[in-house]
Amino acid sequence: MTARDWKNLVLGSVLLGIAALLPLTGDAYAIALGVNIAMYGVLATSWALFSGPTHYISLATAAFFGVGTYVTASGIDVLPYWALPPLAGIIGGILAGIVGLATLRLSGVYFVIFTLGLAEMIRQIVTWWQNATGHKGSYVLTDLTENHIYWQLLGVAALVYLAGWAIGRSRLGFALRIIGDDEQVASHVGINTAVSKVALFIVPGAVAAIVGAMIAPRYIYIEPSTAFTPMLSFQVVIMAMLGGTGRLWGPIVGVIPFTLLWEVISVSFPNQTTLLLGLCFLLIVYLLPNGFVGLFEKIRARALSKEAYQ
Amino acid sequence: MDIIVTGLLLGGTYALIATGLNLQYGVARIMNLANGEMLVVGGFTAFALYTGAGISPVLTLFIVAPLAYVLNWAIYRVMLRPLVKRAKSRGMLEQESILTTFGLSFTMVGLMLWIFGGSYFKYSFLARPFVLFGDNYGLNRIVAFLCAVIICGALYLWLNHSRAGMAIRAVAVSPESARLVGIDVPKLSAHAFAIGGAVTAMGGAVISTFLTLDASTGVIFTMKALIIVIMGGVGDIRGTIIAAIILGVGETLVASLINPGLTLAAAYGMFILILLFRPQGLFGRKPV
Repeated sequence: MTARDWKNLVLGSVLLGIAALLPLTGDAYAIALGVNIAMYGVLATSWALFSGPTHYISLATAAFFGVGTYVTASGIDVLPYWALPPLAGIIGGILAGIVGLATLRLSGVYFVIFTLGLAEMIRQIVTWWQNATGHKGSYVLTDLTENHIYWQLLGVAALVYLAGWAIGRSRLGFALRIIGDDEQVASHVGINTAVSKVALFIVPGAVAAIVGAMIAPRYIYIEPSTAFTPMLSFQVVIMAMLGGTGRLWGPIVGVIPFTLLWEVISVSFPNQTTLLLGLCFLLIVYLLPNGFVGLFEKIRARALSKEAYQ
Repeated sequence: MDIIVTGLLLGGTYALIATGLNLQYGVARIMNLANGEMLVVGGFTAFALYTGAGISPVLTLFIVAPLAYVLNWAIYRVMLRPLVKRAKSRGMLEQESILTTFGLSFTMVGLMLWIFGGSYFKYSFLARPFVLFGDNYGLNRIVAFLCAVIICGALYLWLNHSRAGMAIRAVAVSPESARLVGIDVPKLSAHAFAIGGAVTAMGGAVISTFLTLDASTGVIFTMKALIIVIMGGVGDIRGTIIAAIILGVGETLVASLINPGLTLAAAYGMFILILLFRPQGLFGRKPV
Protein backbone atom coordinates (compact mmCIF):
# COMPACT_ATOMS: atom_id res chain seq x y z
CA MET A 1 0.00 0.00 0.00
CA THR A 2 1.27 3.42 -0.92
CA ALA A 3 1.08 6.57 1.17
CA ARG A 4 -1.85 7.70 -0.96
CA ASP A 5 -3.76 4.51 -0.22
CA TRP A 6 -3.26 5.05 3.50
CA LYS A 7 -4.48 8.61 3.17
CA ASN A 8 -7.62 7.48 1.31
CA LEU A 9 -8.23 4.73 3.86
CA VAL A 10 -8.01 7.16 6.79
CA LEU A 11 -10.15 9.74 5.01
CA GLY A 12 -12.78 7.09 4.15
CA SER A 13 -12.91 5.75 7.70
CA VAL A 14 -13.26 9.26 9.14
CA LEU A 15 -16.14 10.05 6.76
CA LEU A 16 -17.89 6.77 7.57
CA GLY A 17 -17.31 7.43 11.28
CA ILE A 18 -18.96 10.84 10.97
CA ALA A 19 -21.85 9.31 9.03
CA ALA A 20 -22.27 6.72 11.80
CA LEU A 21 -22.96 9.53 14.29
CA LEU A 22 -26.19 10.56 12.51
CA PRO A 23 -28.56 8.52 14.75
CA LEU A 24 -27.23 10.42 17.77
CA THR A 25 -29.15 13.48 16.57
CA GLY A 26 -32.35 11.62 17.39
CA ASP A 27 -34.13 13.28 14.45
CA ALA A 28 -36.38 10.52 13.09
CA TYR A 29 -36.80 12.16 9.68
CA ALA A 30 -33.05 12.63 9.21
CA ILE A 31 -32.42 9.01 10.20
CA ALA A 32 -35.06 7.72 7.78
CA LEU A 33 -33.44 9.78 5.04
CA GLY A 34 -30.05 8.47 6.16
CA VAL A 35 -31.24 4.89 5.78
CA ASN A 36 -32.40 5.69 2.24
CA ILE A 37 -29.11 7.30 1.34
CA ALA A 38 -27.10 4.45 2.85
CA MET A 39 -29.23 1.89 1.03
CA TYR A 40 -28.98 3.58 -2.36
CA GLY A 41 -25.32 4.35 -1.72
CA VAL A 42 -24.48 0.69 -1.17
CA LEU A 43 -26.61 -0.44 -4.12
CA ALA A 44 -25.26 2.18 -6.53
CA THR A 45 -21.62 1.67 -5.52
CA SER A 46 -21.81 -2.09 -5.90
CA TRP A 47 -23.68 -1.64 -9.18
CA ALA A 48 -20.87 0.55 -10.49
CA LEU A 49 -18.26 -2.06 -9.56
CA PHE A 50 -19.55 -4.22 -12.38
CA SER A 51 -21.29 -1.83 -14.76
CA GLY A 52 -18.70 0.95 -14.49
CA PRO A 53 -15.73 -0.80 -16.11
CA THR A 54 -17.70 -3.15 -18.40
CA HIS A 55 -20.42 -0.66 -19.56
CA TYR A 56 -22.99 -3.43 -19.22
CA ILE A 57 -26.11 -1.77 -17.81
CA SER A 58 -27.59 -4.11 -15.24
CA LEU A 59 -31.25 -3.64 -14.34
CA ALA A 60 -31.36 -6.64 -12.04
CA THR A 61 -30.91 -4.76 -8.75
CA ALA A 62 -34.62 -4.95 -7.90
CA ALA A 63 -34.65 -8.69 -8.52
CA PHE A 64 -31.74 -9.43 -6.16
CA PHE A 65 -33.05 -6.94 -3.61
CA GLY A 66 -36.45 -8.62 -3.65
CA VAL A 67 -34.91 -12.05 -3.27
CA GLY A 68 -33.03 -10.72 -0.24
CA THR A 69 -36.19 -9.36 1.40
CA TYR A 70 -37.85 -12.72 0.81
CA VAL A 71 -34.97 -14.55 2.44
CA THR A 72 -35.61 -12.52 5.59
CA ALA A 73 -39.38 -12.81 5.27
CA SER A 74 -39.38 -16.58 5.00
CA GLY A 75 -36.40 -17.30 7.25
CA ILE A 76 -37.11 -15.02 10.23
CA ASP A 77 -39.18 -17.63 12.07
CA VAL A 78 -36.66 -20.39 11.52
CA LEU A 79 -33.22 -18.82 11.80
CA PRO A 80 -31.74 -16.07 13.98
CA TYR A 81 -31.70 -12.68 12.22
CA TRP A 82 -27.92 -12.38 12.04
CA ALA A 83 -27.73 -15.47 9.80
CA LEU A 84 -30.14 -14.08 7.22
CA PRO A 85 -28.19 -11.30 5.45
CA PRO A 86 -25.20 -13.59 4.77
CA LEU A 87 -27.58 -16.30 3.57
CA ALA A 88 -29.29 -13.75 1.31
CA GLY A 89 -25.86 -12.78 0.00
CA ILE A 90 -25.09 -16.38 -0.93
CA ILE A 91 -28.46 -16.90 -2.63
CA GLY A 92 -28.21 -13.57 -4.46
CA GLY A 93 -24.69 -14.43 -5.58
CA ILE A 94 -25.76 -17.81 -6.93
CA LEU A 95 -28.70 -16.24 -8.76
CA ALA A 96 -26.41 -13.59 -10.25
CA GLY A 97 -24.03 -16.33 -11.33
CA ILE A 98 -26.82 -18.16 -13.15
CA VAL A 99 -28.10 -14.99 -14.82
CA GLY A 100 -24.56 -14.09 -15.78
CA LEU A 101 -23.84 -17.50 -17.25
CA ALA A 102 -27.00 -17.34 -19.38
CA THR A 103 -26.52 -13.81 -20.72
CA LEU A 104 -22.99 -12.51 -20.32
CA ARG A 105 -21.55 -14.77 -23.00
CA LEU A 106 -23.57 -12.71 -25.48
CA SER A 107 -23.58 -9.04 -26.39
CA GLY A 108 -24.61 -6.29 -24.00
CA VAL A 109 -28.10 -5.80 -25.39
CA TYR A 110 -29.20 -9.30 -24.43
CA PHE A 111 -27.97 -8.71 -20.91
CA VAL A 112 -29.86 -5.42 -20.55
CA ILE A 113 -33.08 -6.91 -21.86
CA PHE A 114 -32.80 -9.96 -19.68
CA THR A 115 -32.17 -8.01 -16.50
CA LEU A 116 -34.96 -5.57 -17.41
CA GLY A 117 -37.65 -8.17 -16.92
CA LEU A 118 -35.98 -10.34 -14.30
CA ALA A 119 -37.60 -8.65 -11.27
CA GLU A 120 -41.02 -8.81 -12.87
CA MET A 121 -40.58 -12.48 -13.73
CA ILE A 122 -39.53 -13.43 -10.20
CA ARG A 123 -42.41 -11.35 -8.83
CA GLN A 124 -44.89 -13.26 -11.01
CA ILE A 125 -43.48 -16.60 -9.89
CA VAL A 126 -43.49 -15.64 -6.19
CA THR A 127 -47.07 -14.34 -6.46
CA TRP A 128 -48.17 -17.49 -8.23
CA TRP A 129 -46.45 -19.72 -5.70
CA GLN A 130 -47.98 -17.81 -2.81
CA ASN A 131 -51.43 -18.07 -4.33
CA ALA A 132 -50.92 -21.77 -4.98
CA THR A 133 -49.82 -22.46 -1.42
CA GLY A 134 -52.50 -20.18 -0.03
CA HIS A 135 -50.64 -17.52 1.92
CA LYS A 136 -50.46 -13.89 0.85
CA GLY A 137 -47.72 -11.84 2.50
CA SER A 138 -45.56 -12.44 5.51
CA TYR A 139 -44.72 -10.40 8.59
CA VAL A 140 -41.17 -9.60 9.62
CA LEU A 141 -41.33 -8.67 13.28
CA THR A 142 -38.00 -7.85 14.89
CA ASP A 143 -36.88 -5.44 17.56
CA LEU A 144 -34.47 -3.77 15.13
CA THR A 145 -34.90 -0.01 14.88
CA GLU A 146 -34.04 2.35 12.03
CA ASN A 147 -30.75 3.05 13.82
CA HIS A 148 -29.73 -0.60 13.68
CA ILE A 149 -30.60 -0.83 10.00
CA TYR A 150 -28.63 2.33 9.34
CA TRP A 151 -25.51 1.03 11.11
CA GLN A 152 -25.74 -2.33 9.39
CA LEU A 153 -25.93 -0.60 5.99
CA LEU A 154 -22.91 1.53 6.84
CA GLY A 155 -21.04 -1.66 7.70
CA VAL A 156 -21.93 -3.12 4.31
CA ALA A 157 -20.90 0.16 2.68
CA ALA A 158 -17.46 -0.14 4.29
CA LEU A 159 -17.13 -3.69 2.99
CA VAL A 160 -18.23 -2.65 -0.52
CA TYR A 161 -15.69 0.15 -0.62
CA LEU A 162 -12.92 -2.18 0.55
CA ALA A 163 -13.97 -4.80 -1.99
CA GLY A 164 -14.08 -2.16 -4.73
CA TRP A 165 -10.63 -0.94 -3.79
CA ALA A 166 -9.25 -4.49 -3.80
CA ILE A 167 -10.91 -5.38 -7.11
CA GLY A 168 -9.60 -2.19 -8.72
CA ARG A 169 -6.06 -3.32 -7.92
CA SER A 170 -6.52 -6.99 -8.77
CA ARG A 171 -5.99 -8.84 -12.03
CA LEU A 172 -9.76 -9.25 -12.28
CA GLY A 173 -10.36 -5.50 -12.13
CA PHE A 174 -7.69 -4.89 -14.73
CA ALA A 175 -9.17 -7.55 -16.99
CA LEU A 176 -12.62 -5.95 -16.74
CA ARG A 177 -11.33 -2.52 -17.67
CA ILE A 178 -9.79 -4.05 -20.79
CA ILE A 179 -13.06 -5.80 -21.58
CA GLY A 180 -14.89 -2.49 -21.20
CA ASP A 181 -12.50 -0.75 -23.57
CA ASP A 182 -12.49 -3.44 -26.23
CA GLU A 183 -13.81 -6.91 -25.73
CA GLN A 184 -12.04 -8.29 -28.77
CA VAL A 185 -8.66 -7.08 -27.58
CA ALA A 186 -9.39 -8.59 -24.20
CA SER A 187 -10.07 -12.03 -25.61
CA HIS A 188 -7.01 -11.77 -27.86
CA VAL A 189 -4.66 -11.13 -24.95
CA GLY A 190 -5.97 -14.26 -23.32
CA ILE A 191 -8.62 -13.00 -20.89
CA ASN A 192 -11.48 -15.38 -20.38
CA THR A 193 -14.05 -12.63 -20.85
CA ALA A 194 -17.15 -14.62 -19.90
CA VAL A 195 -15.68 -15.95 -16.65
CA SER A 196 -14.36 -12.52 -15.61
CA LYS A 197 -17.71 -10.86 -16.26
CA VAL A 198 -19.71 -13.50 -14.42
CA ALA A 199 -17.29 -13.43 -11.49
CA LEU A 200 -17.70 -9.72 -11.02
CA PHE A 201 -21.44 -9.69 -11.68
CA ILE A 202 -21.85 -11.89 -8.59
CA VAL A 203 -20.70 -8.97 -6.38
CA PRO A 204 -23.61 -6.54 -7.02
CA GLY A 205 -26.03 -9.49 -6.98
CA ALA A 206 -24.90 -10.61 -3.53
CA VAL A 207 -24.75 -7.06 -2.16
CA ALA A 208 -28.24 -6.16 -3.39
CA ALA A 209 -29.64 -9.32 -1.78
CA ILE A 210 -27.89 -8.51 1.52
CA VAL A 211 -29.31 -4.97 1.45
CA GLY A 212 -32.77 -6.37 0.73
CA ALA A 213 -32.47 -8.75 3.66
CA MET A 214 -31.45 -5.87 5.94
CA ILE A 215 -34.20 -3.53 4.77
CA ALA A 216 -36.94 -6.18 5.21
CA PRO A 217 -37.52 -5.45 8.94
CA ARG A 218 -38.28 -1.86 7.94
CA TYR A 219 -41.22 -2.92 5.75
CA ILE A 220 -42.70 -5.17 8.50
CA TYR A 221 -45.25 -6.63 6.06
CA ILE A 222 -43.79 -8.09 2.90
CA GLU A 223 -45.62 -8.92 -0.30
CA PRO A 224 -44.31 -9.37 -3.84
CA SER A 225 -45.26 -5.89 -5.05
CA THR A 226 -43.29 -4.16 -2.27
CA ALA A 227 -40.28 -6.45 -2.51
CA PHE A 228 -39.88 -6.35 -6.29
CA THR A 229 -40.32 -2.71 -7.34
CA PRO A 230 -38.84 -2.38 -10.84
CA MET A 231 -38.31 1.34 -10.21
CA LEU A 232 -35.49 0.50 -7.77
CA SER A 233 -33.26 -0.82 -10.55
CA PHE A 234 -33.65 2.38 -12.54
CA GLN A 235 -33.09 4.62 -9.54
CA VAL A 236 -29.82 2.83 -8.82
CA VAL A 237 -28.65 3.16 -12.43
CA ILE A 238 -29.50 6.87 -12.50
CA MET A 239 -27.80 7.63 -9.21
CA ALA A 240 -24.64 5.77 -10.09
CA MET A 241 -24.39 7.36 -13.53
CA LEU A 242 -25.26 10.80 -12.25
CA GLY A 243 -22.36 10.58 -9.83
CA GLY A 244 -20.06 8.90 -12.30
CA THR A 245 -18.94 5.30 -12.46
CA GLY A 246 -15.29 5.98 -13.22
CA ARG A 247 -14.33 6.40 -9.56
CA LEU A 248 -15.15 4.37 -6.49
CA TRP A 249 -16.52 7.46 -4.72
CA GLY A 250 -18.53 8.55 -7.79
CA PRO A 251 -21.89 6.89 -7.15
CA ILE A 252 -22.35 8.33 -3.65
CA VAL A 253 -21.91 11.82 -5.13
CA GLY A 254 -24.97 11.08 -7.25
CA VAL A 255 -26.91 9.25 -4.56
CA ILE A 256 -27.09 12.10 -2.04
CA PRO A 257 -28.54 14.86 -4.28
CA PHE A 258 -30.81 12.44 -6.15
CA THR A 259 -32.28 10.92 -2.97
CA LEU A 260 -33.00 14.39 -1.60
CA LEU A 261 -34.52 15.53 -4.90
CA TRP A 262 -36.60 12.34 -5.12
CA GLU A 263 -37.83 12.95 -1.58
CA VAL A 264 -38.93 16.50 -2.44
CA ILE A 265 -40.60 15.50 -5.69
CA SER A 266 -42.44 12.51 -4.26
CA VAL A 267 -43.79 14.60 -1.38
CA SER A 268 -45.00 17.56 -3.43
CA PHE A 269 -45.66 16.00 -6.87
CA PRO A 270 -46.14 12.26 -6.28
CA ASN A 271 -47.15 11.64 -9.90
CA GLN A 272 -44.10 13.27 -11.45
CA THR A 273 -41.41 10.88 -10.18
CA THR A 274 -41.45 8.94 -13.45
CA LEU A 275 -40.99 12.13 -15.42
CA LEU A 276 -38.08 13.08 -13.16
CA LEU A 277 -36.45 9.72 -13.80
CA GLY A 278 -36.84 10.13 -17.55
CA LEU A 279 -35.44 13.64 -17.62
CA CYS A 280 -32.45 12.56 -15.52
CA PHE A 281 -31.64 9.79 -18.00
CA LEU A 282 -31.70 12.31 -20.84
CA LEU A 283 -29.63 14.77 -18.81
CA ILE A 284 -26.95 12.14 -18.27
CA VAL A 285 -26.73 11.13 -21.92
CA TYR A 286 -26.67 14.62 -23.37
CA LEU A 287 -25.04 16.81 -20.75
CA LEU A 288 -23.22 14.69 -18.17
CA PRO A 289 -21.92 11.59 -19.96
CA ASN A 290 -19.41 10.90 -17.19
CA GLY A 291 -21.48 12.15 -14.29
CA PHE A 292 -20.45 14.68 -11.68
CA VAL A 293 -17.05 12.97 -11.40
CA GLY A 294 -16.40 13.54 -15.10
CA LEU A 295 -17.50 17.16 -14.80
CA PHE A 296 -15.28 17.69 -11.77
CA GLU A 297 -12.28 16.17 -13.49
CA LYS A 298 -12.84 18.22 -16.62
CA ILE A 299 -12.90 21.42 -14.58
CA ARG A 300 -9.79 20.38 -12.69
CA ALA A 301 -7.96 19.49 -15.89
CA ARG A 302 -8.87 22.87 -17.36
CA ALA A 303 -7.64 24.65 -14.23
CA LEU A 304 -4.39 22.70 -14.32
CA SER A 305 -3.73 23.44 -17.98
CA LYS A 306 -4.43 27.12 -17.35
CA GLU A 307 -1.85 27.10 -14.58
CA ALA A 308 0.64 25.45 -16.87
CA TYR A 309 0.34 28.24 -19.43
CA GLN A 310 0.91 31.05 -16.95
CA MET B 1 -58.15 -25.72 -30.21
CA ASP B 2 -59.56 -22.46 -28.87
CA ILE B 3 -56.28 -21.91 -27.00
CA ILE B 4 -54.34 -22.16 -30.24
CA VAL B 5 -56.69 -19.84 -32.11
CA THR B 6 -56.64 -17.28 -29.28
CA GLY B 7 -52.85 -17.53 -29.22
CA LEU B 8 -52.68 -17.08 -32.98
CA LEU B 9 -54.89 -14.00 -32.83
CA LEU B 10 -52.74 -12.54 -30.06
CA GLY B 11 -49.55 -13.47 -31.90
CA GLY B 12 -50.75 -11.53 -34.94
CA THR B 13 -50.85 -8.26 -33.03
CA TYR B 14 -47.56 -9.05 -31.31
CA ALA B 15 -46.03 -9.53 -34.76
CA LEU B 16 -47.11 -6.01 -35.68
CA ILE B 17 -45.43 -4.44 -32.64
CA ALA B 18 -42.28 -6.52 -32.95
CA THR B 19 -41.96 -5.74 -36.66
CA GLY B 20 -41.90 -2.06 -35.75
CA LEU B 21 -39.14 -2.64 -33.24
CA ASN B 22 -37.22 -4.86 -35.62
CA LEU B 23 -37.16 -2.13 -38.26
CA GLN B 24 -35.84 0.32 -35.69
CA TYR B 25 -33.19 -2.02 -34.34
CA GLY B 26 -32.29 -3.90 -37.48
CA VAL B 27 -32.02 -0.94 -39.82
CA ALA B 28 -31.54 2.21 -37.76
CA ARG B 29 -29.46 0.29 -35.16
CA ILE B 30 -31.39 1.89 -32.31
CA MET B 31 -32.46 -0.45 -29.53
CA ASN B 32 -35.65 1.47 -28.86
CA LEU B 33 -36.83 0.79 -25.33
CA ALA B 34 -39.51 3.46 -25.65
CA ASN B 35 -41.25 1.25 -28.20
CA GLY B 36 -43.98 0.20 -25.76
CA GLU B 37 -44.77 3.81 -24.96
CA MET B 38 -45.25 4.55 -28.65
CA LEU B 39 -47.75 1.69 -28.61
CA VAL B 40 -49.60 3.18 -25.65
CA VAL B 41 -49.69 6.57 -27.42
CA GLY B 42 -51.28 4.85 -30.41
CA GLY B 43 -53.77 3.13 -28.15
CA PHE B 44 -54.66 6.34 -26.32
CA THR B 45 -55.21 8.15 -29.61
CA ALA B 46 -57.60 5.43 -30.72
CA PHE B 47 -59.35 5.63 -27.36
CA ALA B 48 -59.66 9.42 -27.48
CA LEU B 49 -60.94 9.47 -31.06
CA TYR B 50 -63.42 6.65 -30.46
CA THR B 51 -64.90 7.97 -27.23
CA GLY B 52 -64.60 11.64 -28.21
CA ALA B 53 -65.55 11.70 -31.87
CA GLY B 54 -66.90 8.22 -32.48
CA ILE B 55 -64.25 7.41 -35.08
CA SER B 56 -63.76 3.68 -35.58
CA PRO B 57 -60.32 2.41 -34.47
CA VAL B 58 -59.83 0.90 -37.92
CA LEU B 59 -60.09 4.36 -39.45
CA THR B 60 -57.91 5.77 -36.68
CA LEU B 61 -55.04 3.72 -38.10
CA PHE B 62 -54.89 6.11 -41.03
CA ILE B 63 -54.61 9.05 -38.64
CA VAL B 64 -52.19 7.40 -36.20
CA ALA B 65 -49.75 6.19 -38.84
CA PRO B 66 -48.71 9.55 -40.38
CA LEU B 67 -48.66 11.28 -36.98
CA ALA B 68 -46.46 8.57 -35.46
CA TYR B 69 -44.26 8.66 -38.55
CA VAL B 70 -43.60 12.37 -38.15
CA LEU B 71 -43.11 12.09 -34.38
CA ASN B 72 -40.62 9.23 -34.69
CA TRP B 73 -38.78 10.92 -37.51
CA ALA B 74 -38.36 14.00 -35.33
CA ILE B 75 -37.20 11.87 -32.37
CA TYR B 76 -34.60 10.23 -34.56
CA ARG B 77 -33.33 13.44 -36.11
CA VAL B 78 -33.21 15.49 -32.93
CA MET B 79 -32.30 12.99 -30.24
CA LEU B 80 -30.75 9.91 -31.79
CA ARG B 81 -28.84 11.17 -34.80
CA PRO B 82 -26.28 13.03 -32.60
CA LEU B 83 -25.66 9.76 -30.75
CA VAL B 84 -25.12 7.85 -33.98
CA LYS B 85 -22.64 10.51 -35.05
CA ARG B 86 -20.61 10.54 -31.86
CA ALA B 87 -20.60 6.76 -31.31
CA LYS B 88 -17.24 5.17 -31.95
CA SER B 89 -18.51 1.62 -32.17
CA ARG B 90 -21.75 -0.26 -32.47
CA GLY B 91 -21.51 -1.36 -28.83
CA MET B 92 -21.20 2.22 -27.65
CA LEU B 93 -24.19 3.30 -29.73
CA GLU B 94 -26.22 0.49 -28.20
CA GLN B 95 -25.30 1.60 -24.68
CA GLU B 96 -26.19 5.21 -25.33
CA SER B 97 -29.35 4.48 -27.24
CA ILE B 98 -30.50 2.21 -24.42
CA LEU B 99 -30.03 4.99 -21.88
CA THR B 100 -31.62 7.62 -24.12
CA THR B 101 -34.65 5.54 -24.99
CA PHE B 102 -35.12 4.62 -21.34
CA GLY B 103 -35.12 8.32 -20.61
CA LEU B 104 -37.58 8.87 -23.44
CA SER B 105 -39.76 6.04 -22.20
CA PHE B 106 -39.96 7.37 -18.65
CA THR B 107 -40.52 10.91 -19.91
CA MET B 108 -43.40 9.73 -22.07
CA VAL B 109 -44.92 7.70 -19.22
CA GLY B 110 -44.53 10.73 -16.95
CA LEU B 111 -46.22 13.04 -19.45
CA MET B 112 -49.06 10.59 -20.07
CA LEU B 113 -49.61 10.18 -16.32
CA TRP B 114 -49.73 13.93 -16.07
CA ILE B 115 -52.21 14.38 -18.91
CA PHE B 116 -54.40 11.29 -18.60
CA GLY B 117 -53.84 10.21 -14.99
CA GLY B 118 -53.05 6.69 -13.89
CA SER B 119 -56.41 5.10 -14.62
CA TYR B 120 -57.10 2.29 -17.08
CA PHE B 121 -58.42 2.98 -20.54
CA LYS B 122 -60.94 0.68 -22.04
CA TYR B 123 -63.65 1.13 -24.58
CA SER B 124 -66.02 -1.29 -26.13
CA PHE B 125 -65.55 -1.81 -29.83
CA LEU B 126 -67.10 -4.73 -31.71
CA ALA B 127 -67.38 -6.67 -28.46
CA ARG B 128 -69.59 -9.26 -30.10
CA PRO B 129 -68.97 -12.98 -30.22
CA PHE B 130 -67.84 -14.45 -33.49
CA VAL B 131 -68.06 -18.18 -34.12
CA LEU B 132 -64.98 -19.85 -35.56
CA PHE B 133 -64.51 -23.64 -35.65
CA GLY B 134 -67.40 -24.00 -33.22
CA ASP B 135 -65.94 -21.71 -30.54
CA ASN B 136 -66.71 -18.10 -29.67
CA TYR B 137 -64.12 -15.37 -30.11
CA GLY B 138 -64.41 -11.63 -29.70
CA LEU B 139 -65.03 -10.01 -33.08
CA ASN B 140 -62.63 -7.22 -32.10
CA ARG B 141 -59.80 -9.74 -31.80
CA ILE B 142 -60.53 -11.09 -35.27
CA VAL B 143 -60.61 -7.60 -36.76
CA ALA B 144 -57.37 -6.75 -34.95
CA PHE B 145 -55.74 -9.88 -36.32
CA LEU B 146 -56.85 -9.06 -39.86
CA CYS B 147 -55.49 -5.52 -39.54
CA ALA B 148 -52.17 -6.93 -38.33
CA VAL B 149 -52.03 -9.41 -41.21
CA ILE B 150 -52.71 -6.70 -43.77
CA ILE B 151 -50.12 -4.29 -42.34
CA CYS B 152 -47.44 -6.96 -41.89
CA GLY B 153 -48.13 -8.39 -45.33
CA ALA B 154 -47.89 -4.98 -46.98
CA LEU B 155 -44.66 -4.28 -45.15
CA TYR B 156 -43.21 -7.64 -46.13
CA LEU B 157 -44.07 -7.16 -49.81
CA TRP B 158 -42.74 -3.62 -49.79
CA LEU B 159 -39.45 -4.63 -48.17
CA ASN B 160 -38.88 -7.59 -50.46
CA HIS B 161 -40.25 -6.36 -53.77
CA SER B 162 -39.56 -2.65 -54.07
CA ARG B 163 -36.47 -0.61 -54.69
CA ALA B 164 -36.79 1.37 -51.44
CA GLY B 165 -37.35 -1.87 -49.55
CA MET B 166 -34.20 -3.34 -51.04
CA ALA B 167 -32.22 -0.27 -49.98
CA ILE B 168 -33.55 -0.67 -46.42
CA ARG B 169 -32.56 -4.33 -46.39
CA ALA B 170 -29.12 -3.37 -47.64
CA VAL B 171 -28.66 -0.97 -44.73
CA ALA B 172 -29.81 -3.68 -42.34
CA VAL B 173 -27.14 -6.05 -43.65
CA SER B 174 -24.26 -3.60 -43.74
CA PRO B 175 -24.46 0.18 -43.40
CA GLU B 176 -20.86 0.66 -44.58
CA SER B 177 -21.32 -1.26 -47.82
CA ALA B 178 -24.74 0.30 -48.42
CA ARG B 179 -23.03 3.69 -48.53
CA LEU B 180 -20.64 2.46 -51.21
CA VAL B 181 -23.46 1.65 -53.60
CA GLY B 182 -24.94 5.12 -53.25
CA ILE B 183 -27.55 4.63 -50.53
CA ASP B 184 -28.10 7.64 -48.28
CA VAL B 185 -27.75 5.73 -45.00
CA PRO B 186 -28.63 8.53 -42.52
CA LYS B 187 -31.75 9.45 -44.45
CA LEU B 188 -32.85 5.86 -44.82
CA SER B 189 -32.17 5.11 -41.16
CA ALA B 190 -34.42 7.98 -40.13
CA HIS B 191 -37.02 6.71 -42.56
CA ALA B 192 -36.84 3.15 -41.18
CA PHE B 193 -36.99 4.37 -37.60
CA ALA B 194 -40.07 6.46 -38.41
CA ILE B 195 -41.81 3.60 -40.22
CA GLY B 196 -41.02 1.30 -37.31
CA GLY B 197 -42.56 3.78 -34.89
CA ALA B 198 -45.62 4.17 -37.10
CA VAL B 199 -46.11 0.41 -37.30
CA THR B 200 -45.84 0.10 -33.51
CA ALA B 201 -48.31 2.94 -32.95
CA MET B 202 -50.75 1.24 -35.34
CA GLY B 203 -50.23 -1.93 -33.32
CA GLY B 204 -51.19 0.07 -30.24
CA ALA B 205 -54.38 1.34 -31.85
CA VAL B 206 -55.24 -2.22 -32.87
CA ILE B 207 -54.46 -3.70 -29.45
CA SER B 208 -56.50 -1.07 -27.63
CA THR B 209 -59.66 -2.53 -29.16
CA PHE B 210 -59.41 -5.66 -27.01
CA LEU B 211 -56.87 -5.03 -24.23
CA THR B 212 -57.00 -2.55 -21.37
CA LEU B 213 -54.13 -0.09 -21.40
CA ASP B 214 -52.84 2.41 -18.89
CA ALA B 215 -50.03 4.93 -19.03
CA SER B 216 -47.42 2.55 -17.63
CA THR B 217 -48.19 -0.71 -19.45
CA GLY B 218 -45.78 0.14 -22.25
CA VAL B 219 -42.78 -1.60 -20.72
CA ILE B 220 -44.50 -5.01 -20.75
CA PHE B 221 -45.02 -4.70 -24.50
CA THR B 222 -41.46 -3.50 -24.97
CA MET B 223 -40.25 -6.64 -23.20
CA LYS B 224 -42.37 -8.91 -25.33
CA ALA B 225 -41.39 -7.18 -28.54
CA LEU B 226 -37.71 -7.45 -27.61
CA ILE B 227 -38.03 -11.14 -26.87
CA ILE B 228 -39.80 -11.68 -30.20
CA VAL B 229 -37.19 -9.74 -32.15
CA ILE B 230 -34.36 -11.71 -30.58
CA MET B 231 -36.19 -14.99 -31.04
CA GLY B 232 -36.96 -14.27 -34.69
CA GLY B 233 -33.59 -12.80 -35.51
CA VAL B 234 -32.67 -9.13 -35.89
CA GLY B 235 -33.65 -7.70 -39.27
CA ASP B 236 -35.74 -10.72 -40.26
CA ILE B 237 -39.46 -9.94 -40.74
CA ARG B 238 -40.43 -13.53 -41.46
CA GLY B 239 -38.68 -14.76 -38.31
CA THR B 240 -40.36 -12.01 -36.29
CA ILE B 241 -43.82 -13.09 -37.44
CA ILE B 242 -43.18 -16.74 -36.61
CA ALA B 243 -41.63 -15.88 -33.25
CA ALA B 244 -44.59 -13.61 -32.43
CA ILE B 245 -47.02 -16.44 -33.11
CA ILE B 246 -44.95 -18.85 -30.99
CA LEU B 247 -44.97 -16.33 -28.16
CA GLY B 248 -48.70 -15.63 -28.52
CA VAL B 249 -49.60 -19.32 -28.47
CA GLY B 250 -47.13 -20.14 -25.68
CA GLU B 251 -48.43 -17.33 -23.52
CA THR B 252 -52.04 -18.29 -24.05
CA LEU B 253 -51.20 -21.91 -23.21
CA VAL B 254 -49.57 -20.95 -19.92
CA ALA B 255 -52.30 -18.41 -19.10
CA SER B 256 -55.14 -20.85 -19.63
CA LEU B 257 -53.53 -24.07 -18.37
CA ILE B 258 -51.48 -22.83 -15.40
CA ASN B 259 -52.20 -19.25 -14.35
CA PRO B 260 -52.91 -15.96 -16.18
CA GLY B 261 -50.43 -14.19 -13.89
CA LEU B 262 -47.52 -16.07 -15.39
CA THR B 263 -47.56 -14.70 -18.96
CA LEU B 264 -44.32 -12.77 -18.62
CA ALA B 265 -42.66 -15.70 -16.90
CA ALA B 266 -43.68 -17.84 -19.90
CA ALA B 267 -42.20 -15.33 -22.34
CA TYR B 268 -39.07 -15.33 -20.22
CA GLY B 269 -38.82 -19.08 -20.26
CA MET B 270 -38.75 -18.99 -24.07
CA PHE B 271 -36.23 -16.16 -23.98
CA ILE B 272 -33.87 -18.19 -21.78
CA LEU B 273 -34.13 -21.19 -24.10
CA ILE B 274 -33.32 -18.99 -27.10
CA LEU B 275 -30.37 -17.39 -25.31
CA LEU B 276 -28.98 -20.75 -24.33
CA PHE B 277 -29.47 -22.63 -27.58
CA ARG B 278 -30.01 -20.25 -30.50
CA PRO B 279 -28.76 -16.76 -29.58
CA GLN B 280 -28.64 -15.82 -33.25
CA GLY B 281 -32.43 -16.26 -33.56
CA LEU B 282 -34.57 -19.07 -34.90
CA PHE B 283 -33.52 -18.57 -38.51
CA GLY B 284 -30.27 -16.72 -38.02
CA ARG B 285 -27.03 -18.21 -39.20
CA LYS B 286 -24.25 -18.83 -36.71
CA PRO B 287 -21.70 -16.02 -36.82
CA VAL B 288 -18.49 -17.29 -38.37
